[in-house]
Amino acid sequence: MLLDALLLQLGYNATLVAVGAALLGTSAGITGTFLFLRKRALVSDAVSHATLPGVCIAFLLMAFAGGDGRNLAGLLAGSAVSAGIGLWCMNWLTRNTRLAEDAAIGAVLSVFFGFGIVLLTVIQTLGVGRQAGLEGFLLGSTAGMLYSDAVVIAAGGAMTLALVLLTRRPMTLVAFDPEYAAARGLPVDRIDMLMMGLVMAVTVVGLKIVGLILIVALLIIPAVTARFWTERSEYVVLLAGLFGGVAAYLGAALSASAPNLPTGPLIVLVSFTLFLLSLVLAPNRGVLAAVLRHLRLQRRVHLRQGLLALAQGQAIYESLTLRLLQRAGLVRADGVPTASGKARAAKALRDERRWEVVRRDMAHEAAAALYDGLRDIETVLTQDQIQEIDRQIGGPREVLS
Amino acid sequence: MEIVKTQAQGDLSTDKAPEAKLAQSPLAIRGLTVSYGEKPAVFSVDMTVEPGQMTAIIGPNGAGKSTLLKAALGIVAPVSGRVTIFGRSLAEQRARIAYVPQRASVDWDFPTRVIDVVLMGLYRELGLLGWIKGAHRAKALDCLERVGMGDFATRQIGQLSGGQQQRVFLARALAQGADLYLLDEPFAGVDAATEKAIISVLKSLREAGKTVVVVHHDLATVAEYFDNVFLINTRRVAEGPVSEAFTEETLQAAYGGRLATSQIDKLAKA
Repeated sequence: MLLDALLLQLGYNATLVAVGAALLGTSAGITGTFLFLRKRALVSDAVSHATLPGVCIAFLLMAFAGGDGRNLAGLLAGSAVSAGIGLWCMNWLTRNTRLAEDAAIGAVLSVFFGFGIVLLTVIQTLGVGRQAGLEGFLLGSTAGMLYSDAVVIAAGGAMTLALVLLTRRPMTLVAFDPEYAAARGLPVDRIDMLMMGLVMAVTVVGLKIVGLILIVALLIIPAVTARFWTERSEYVVLLAGLFGGVAAYLGAALSASAPNLPTGPLIVLVSFTLFLLSLVLAPNRGVLAAVLRHLRLQRRVHLRQGLLALAQGQAIYESLTLRLLQRAGLVRADGVPTASGKARAAKALRDERRWEVVRRDMAHEAAAALYDGLRDIETVLTQDQIQEIDRQIGGPREVLS
Repeated sequence: MEIVKTQAQGDLSTDKAPEAKLAQSPLAIRGLTVSYGEKPAVFSVDMTVEPGQMTAIIGPNGAGKSTLLKAALGIVAPVSGRVTIFGRSLAEQRARIAYVPQRASVDWDFPTRVIDVVLMGLYRELGLLGWIKGAHRAKALDCLERVGMGDFATRQIGQLSGGQQQRVFLARALAQGADLYLLDEPFAGVDAATEKAIISVLKSLREAGKTVVVVHHDLATVAEYFDNVFLINTRRVAEGPVSEAFTEETLQAAYGGRLATSQIDKLAKA
């Protein structure tokens, strides 16, 4: 069943949902990355919650005008207007009062969402139009997704991607160093607004699939996940798009593989799984790597301290140090250094002296920045450079290598 | 009281500065007031920067040094006042200004490499869609070499020391190829090696005819590094060549009781 779903063999609706979700996930991941880099991730949560009153009002207007209250384009237009008003309120509060952005987010989010829920309840009691399915905007509902819905999502996604491609450089510059960007004459406020506008577009487009409560997960989790794997912003953007698309596709396929599994929440769970894997397994920033790094560092520190102690004829009391030295065959069981232990100890002491020279000399600055008291000097300097340093130190030649 | 009088005289003399001088000045400020809330951080300040020289902006903490610079660049909006760059409006002359912000103003865990930061200096050349070419990279590398950071090009910026971060910022400004350089506290909290590297780059800029303005906090090095000083404490206190404007009297006026008399003596003698 799941394999069929993954291969788009589960019928028209399931295919539509999976493709639409993948497109949405990609554009949300890419757009959300800039928000994440600008450290304004939570703004998207307020924007998404602010869509609800707009959806309800648009529904009421369309129903009273005698049309079908559930016209998707109309509902999305309404949601965009009210998200825009929410965004404007947030900006106004942050700029003209002493409220910090987090407080403004909290205020706008709860008030707009509360108002939207009230309207939703009113609509249900009024019994106007055919209101069934309006709650679907809260958590998304893909059961009755139409071809035209998928087209709206695809068009919205393509538009946001084109805009991101066009403005990636100014947006990155503003995210990294807004003051410098302003000094270069970049319209920082307008670029921020554009960033928010893109987020709003993705939110509105995604209402049908994941719903307004969970869209923030699609915007932020892929970016955070991607950050674990790379140190370059352009790769964070690309990876976030990839992770977002894959998570959305897998989530949609999962929900199609069995009856009554919700699409939006499953997409979020798949996205979270990718995040969890990255958190643990990522090579540099991952938790596992950090633990291993620490253990390795501990071993190297103990070995180095042990060798330096041996070189200076000091006694070693730490049992871990002794154990490590013994295991490396550098001391005997009674703590007396072996021949190779003596040689390594002399070399360690010699390296310390060499490092002292390196760290005093500006010409070696890039190498000196790598000094950590542990690194073998051969890994940062050439043999010629080391010999030059040895000439400066003088002393016995036999411990050279 | 005497000092206040000197100040007033100083003001008068610059106000009468001929328009020709104003038009040549890389950075001329007239009647600039900037306020965060009710209390002005900079009040009615005039400043005329000499072309092709190095000028230090000096004053106690909270005197409005950085604010003056940011207002000159249009980063903060002034309440009143006029700024001209080489005799023209800021908007017309943007491309001729390079700004080096305080390094604490950005997050150094941002996912980017040293060379990418310098490439930001080429923002105008690159445009919106232009790809980064070998020539751009070579130029960025050359700027890194000039601040002694060539070997760091592909390192992540989070791995740099404070002084190295500062030099990367300077390299980014160099990449712009500007005529006027404005630096906000480039020597704050950096190691001696960095200070030497930065000052030698700034001096080479001056030799090339560029104008350098630096917000500076270390009074001991003013006479050694700079041609001119601009003393500020919300209002302008003094402006001119170091030998004339950097005196016991002006320092006392700018810093009030915040400098010990012995300190001032030592500085005035130096």
